[in-house]
Amino acid sequence: MAADLGVEGATHDPAAVSGWLEHPPRMGFFTDTSVCIGCKACEVACKEWNHVPEDGLNLTGMSFDNTVGLGADSWRHVAFVERPETGNDEGFRWLMSSDVCKHCTEAACLDVCPTGAIFRTEFGSVVVQDDICNGCGYCVPACPYGVLDKREDDGRIFKCTLCYDRLAVGQEPACAKACPTDSIQFGPLDELRERAQGKLEQLVEAGYGDARLYGESPDDGVGGAGAFFLLLDEPEVYGLPPDPVVTTRQLGEMWRCAGLAAAALVAAVGGAFVGARR
Amino acid sequence: MTDLAWPVLRQLFGPDKTGRGVAAASKRSQSLLARTATADKVVKSVCPYCGVGCGQSVYVKDGEVVQIEGDPDSAVSRGRLCPKGSATLQLTTGEARLHGVLYRPPYSSEWESLDLDTAMDMIADRVIATRRETFEWEHEGERTRRTMGIAHLGGATLDNEENYLIKKLWTALGIVQIENQARVCHSSTVAGLGTSFGRGGATTCMQDLQNSDCIVVEGSNFAEAHPVGFQWVMEARARGAKLIHVDPHYSRTSALADLFVPIRAGTDIAFLGGVINFAIEHDKWFHDYVVRYTNAATIIEEDFVDTEDLAGMFSGYNVDERKYDFQTWQYEAGGMNAPSGSRAAGTVQHADGSDDDAESADDADGSGRVNERSSDAVRSAGRAESHGSGGAAISSTDPERDETLQHPRCVFQILRRHYSRYTPEMVERVCGTPQDVFLEACRLITDNSGRDRTTSFAYAVGWTQHTVGAQYIRAACVLQLLLGNIGRPGGGIQALRGHASIQGSSDIPTLFNLLPGYLAMPHAEEHHNLDEFVEADAHDKGFWANMRSYMVSLLKAWWGPNATVDNDFCFDYLPRLTGDHSTYQTVVDQIEGRCKGYFVMGENPAVGSANTRMQRLGMANLDWLVVRDFSLIETATWWKDGPEIDTGELVTGDIRTEVFFMPAASHTEKDGTFTNTNRLLQWHHAAKEPDGDARSELWFMYHLGRRIREKLAGSTDPMDTPLLDLTWDYPVEGSHDEPSADCVLAEINGFDAEGEPLSAYTELKEDGSTACGCWIYCGVYADGVNQAARREPWRNQNWLGGKWGWAWPADRRILYNRASADPDGKPWSDRKALVWWDQDAGKWDGHDVPDFVPDKSPDYEPDDDAEGPDGLAGDDPFIMQADGKGWLYVPSGLLDGPLPTHYEPQESPVDNALYRQQSSPSRKLTKHRDNQFSPSGSQPGAEVYPYVLTTYRLTEHFTAGGMSRWQPYLAELQPELFCEVSPELAQERGLEHNGWVTVISARYAIEARVHVTDRMSPLLVDGKVVHQVGMPFHWGPNGYAKGDAVNELVAMAMDPNVHIQEDKALLVDVQPGRRPRGPALLELVDAHRRRAGVTVETGHQI
Repeated sequence: MAADLGVEGATHDPAAVSGWLEHPPRMGFFTDTSVCIGCKACEVACKEWNHVPEDGLNLTGMSFDNTVGLGADSWRHVAFVERPETGNDEGFRWLMSSDVCKHCTEAACLDVCPTGAIFRTEFGSVVVQDDICNGCGYCVPACPYGVLDKREDDGRIFKCTLCYDRLAVGQEPACAKACPTDSIQFGPLDELRERAQGKLEQLVEAGYGDARLYGESPDDGVGGAGAFFLLLDEPEVYGLPPDPVVTTRQLGEMWRCAGLAAAALVAAVGGAFVGARR
Repeated sequence: MTDLAWPVLRQLFGPDKTGRGVAAASKRSQSLLARTATADKVVKSVCPYCGVGCGQSVYVKDGEVVQIEGDPDSAVSRGRLCPKGSATLQLTTGEARLHGVLYRPPYSSEWESLDLDTAMDMIADRVIATRRETFEWEHEGERTRRTMGIAHLGGATLDNEENYLIKKLWTALGIVQIENQARVCHSSTVAGLGTSFGRGGATTCMQDLQNSDCIVVEGSNFAEAHPVGFQWVMEARARGAKLIHVDPHYSRTSALADLFVPIRAGTDIAFLGGVINFAIEHDKWFHDYVVRYTNAATIIEEDFVDTEDLAGMFSGYNVDERKYDFQTWQYEAGGMNAPSGSRAAGTVQHADGSDDDAESADDADGSGRVNERSSDAVRSAGRAESHGSGGAAISSTDPERDETLQHPRCVFQILRRHYSRYTPEMVERVCGTPQDVFLEACRLITDNSGRDRTTSFAYAVGWTQHTVGAQYIRAACVLQLLLGNIGRPGGGIQALRGHASIQGSSDIPTLFNLLPGYLAMPHAEEHHNLDEFVEADAHDKGFWANMRSYMVSLLKAWWGPNATVDNDFCFDYLPRLTGDHSTYQTVVDQIEGRCKGYFVMGENPAVGSANTRMQRLGMANLDWLVVRDFSLIETATWWKDGPEIDTGELVTGDIRTEVFFMPAASHTEKDGTFTNTNRLLQWHHAAKEPDGDARSELWFMYHLGRRIREKLAGSTDPMDTPLLDLTWDYPVEGSHDEPSADCVLAEINGFDAEGEPLSAYTELKEDGSTACGCWIYCGVYADGVNQAARREPWRNQNWLGGKWGWAWPADRRILYNRASADPDGKPWSDRKALVWWDQDAGKWDGHDVPDFVPDKSPDYEPDDDAEGPDGLAGDDPFIMQADGKGWLYVPSGLLDGPLPTHYEPQESPVDNALYRQQSSPSRKLTKHRDNQFSPSGSQPGAEVYPYVLTTYRLTEHFTAGGMSRWQPYLAELQPELFCEVSPELAQERGLEHNGWVTVISARYAIEARVHVTDRMSPLLVDGKVVHQVGMPFHWGPNGYAKGDAVNELVAMAMDPNVHIQEDKALLVDVQPGRRPRGPALLELVDAHRRRAGVTVETGHQI
């Protein structure tokens, strides 16, 4: 793992930037939707392990998706997409994909959290600490994926922790462990990216022209996600933002501009006084 | 991590200048410890849901289960679990479980609490009284020694040890109406596979699917119903295999398939017959395999007439009696025909691969299994299922063969003619499958079969639950034999069973027609004593020659020292059958007042069985009912809140049935074995004792038996002798006096005269010196070691995982694996090597335990008078078959034909395009006012029920819902019953997406939410547009996620061989909106019947 904490290194080693001098490799999820069978084992395993409450019986009519989205009470969410397709005999395709917090390299939720409740772990994951969180909710609009959410009857914010407690004892997250077809793979992010690249090439060769990786690039708007995906279609099809950008990316620039403006104002006002003496 | 207390100080003086990492870690974050790491112990277990048998690790802290997840060592599941398996913690520790006994007195409107001891005493009294009242020594002049007053249902969710005690105690009491989910799920599997190959279990194991070059999933929603098993399909796909899904409904399985093949529900035999025809016409069949390993060359009797020449019937049909005489279906006798001693008669079985004295079977005399002379009472007794470990009889021990396959009456030529009209055009006309899609499937299947490639088939209840269920399975057997795909890596037929131990509850049968190990339950007409029983069922030589040993050993296991040569080993203690005593007949008997007491354990017939209304009406006419389950399932509460209360048909205050609800223990609270869908026994260890008054079925059966025996102690009534003489002295342990499951398993395994455990069933004796509770399980306790508890991690062994658990027979994982080698004993190809002949060592070797006599050389030819195992040649791989061959054609063993033939379902929207005969002339129908049928095809009134309904499972739920609708984590994923329809049908009927629809059959009407989807599409069938509607069947009115039960709509229309019901294709009407409430619901059903002209006679024509 790079010890160099230059700009490049910071992007690739968020744990080091966050003061974890000796830390394990950055861990993450590679969700290969091409083998997802939509079983929702990930949703249940997550809830069982993390004691996430059941959140109501609601038949949505949205294919087999009755979870609807990620939220305080759904840290994994399997999307079901039925859409027309001209390339096959059936005239449509049924896509399934298990979504999760992206554990961004540049995490806006972390940037905006005023209480220190959200922190970067030694594994590079982003975790909301429920003993600190006061439910201010700043992180909620900050997330470019809409992951962070307030549990209404509790007031605090909850989301995927990448099973921080399990990682600490060398166990993989509950969802990845349960996944029957290894659609959810857990491991060092570097290895996952390499594996994903290989799988993508196979699929493209097999004729899946729209297959793509989503969130794996360190050059994307969030500096690369710690949980990335192999999709068979455009991200919008799965309800994912096509080009997410960390909402705090312009923060420094904005402060700089604001500072300049303030300085200019001070100078102008000062100038006015100087002028008046004359 | 720095020691500074304040985060701000940590940020200032520590390495984390951002203050967002190490400096921000809270005390709690720093001290988090996974409960999997702090657990006091990890107990190895097995998932209690479907039949895949995933390994589970149960984490226990301070005596409580704190986490359940996949066991990463499991050779079957590799640590993975589906949503149900992942919800096991909630299932076993959640609030939905009851821990106290409830009692509903006669005519009462409420439950009362009852202490366990009182309840057990009351139940014991009722068993004794009802048995006294209804005991029947004779039936129509034949000795029966039984009671028809008490029945039992359930076993597939229970341990083998529990099933064993259930069968043992009830049989000793004279109860014969013992049934479980296997009847309604996979009884036709046993008949279909058993008559084709000699054993009734899946021919392969889940892990071997990874070696397939093509996998055909048909009659199964594999990815949804067996998700963790599906990992092996995905493994095969990753290696380049093609996945074909043939189904009426595009499911999550289809979404992963390379080719989805739409088909009209109920037409799979036409489809498979089409593939068979394609393989023959395009010369794609595996010649050497077919000639040497199947009965293709065998000549059939001259009088045999095929369906082609009799408008859809085989020769021998008696119109008046509606049954076949099988005489003309038989093999033609050869010159060497003899009642015994000829090679064709022999079958060989070998247990542990170490003993040369393997048995062989000879079904030469036509056997006590059903033959052409058998009466209705015998035919209806479910004998076809007794081929679960020993094929059917043949009338000729030395049939004529023509290995050029040119003889016009050889099986191959009969087969060719039989399927000659099953052309792609015909398949399209019958199945609605477009020809190009059908042909693509044919090409993929046949191109991926042969010396170097193998195709496997995976099916489930989409095939079994038909009036021709056994023949569905047979059609796949015929095709797989023709293509040479049986007994080989990546080949086989994967029967996907849906309960944790439904294979086990067939092997140790809580089934009316079987004794353990697929020995037939004795019949009053045929089996007056042990000699008759053995004479009728066993033969002079071969495997079944030793059948007396298995029977005597079973009787010794049950009656111990009381069973002696002098008293026929207590054979007379066994109650006798006189016909069909299956669960559906029991329901009729309940309605008609013959059956008065009912035990239901881990099954929910008020939701899960066909015609659920009749199930409830039956229970409403009982004296007493005992329901053992986790929660108050519909079967326990129909008397206060069932649908009939709402319609006014039943009034709670008028119902006299006494109801006991007994809370059950979960799998984490008891020791025992489950047998998975691949014959694999896996031991699960108890992690804790059950709380409150929850108890295992092992406890319930043992202590109920103990109490009844104590109450009857000293009785001199011969009725009580079998009970009092029974061996019933299991050691108990723990604070609840739980009987030792380990000791029960040891009894199942068997022991010798000195009490030493047996190692293989070859050691069983007919002189009474051995005892064995289930001969096919002999070896599971070899060397006094619980072999089912073996857990060698999959990483440390070959892909078959042979050191994980113990599989019957003789720990073989791929059955008939001799066929993986050519006649000379060499693998057909290196790529598909499994077992082979090692000339130097003079024995068979390989990756699996050889399913063959270990030292029988490939070139061995039996003498004409060879007996026993020597009667079969070195290239006869189907060692449980009377002729050593895989049966393309079944001359005996099935009631409804030697070759699978397309018949329309009992209720069909079209006329049979292939034959004048519409439905199977042998199908079994219950004629009852509450079980009426719609007209079919061109019959007047059929238009009133224009749509085909098919039912299926969802990943998120389990069978009748007792283990999923009460679990919030599962309920929220699929909260309501829905009905899937195509956009075209939605438009035709004005159905609104996510609105309500009422679905009406000739039995009942239910409501569901509408799901309009492209995944359902209309089919063009013989020029007619046929709409299919699909419904998952998991809901019922109780639980957290509620809904109507789809099985309200289903009729009791059955396969005659095994009495399985036709769930998967029936006719309905659909109308927008919710169903009426109260009596108006029945009026709606009646009005439809009147419009269609339905009477109790409708649909009963031949």
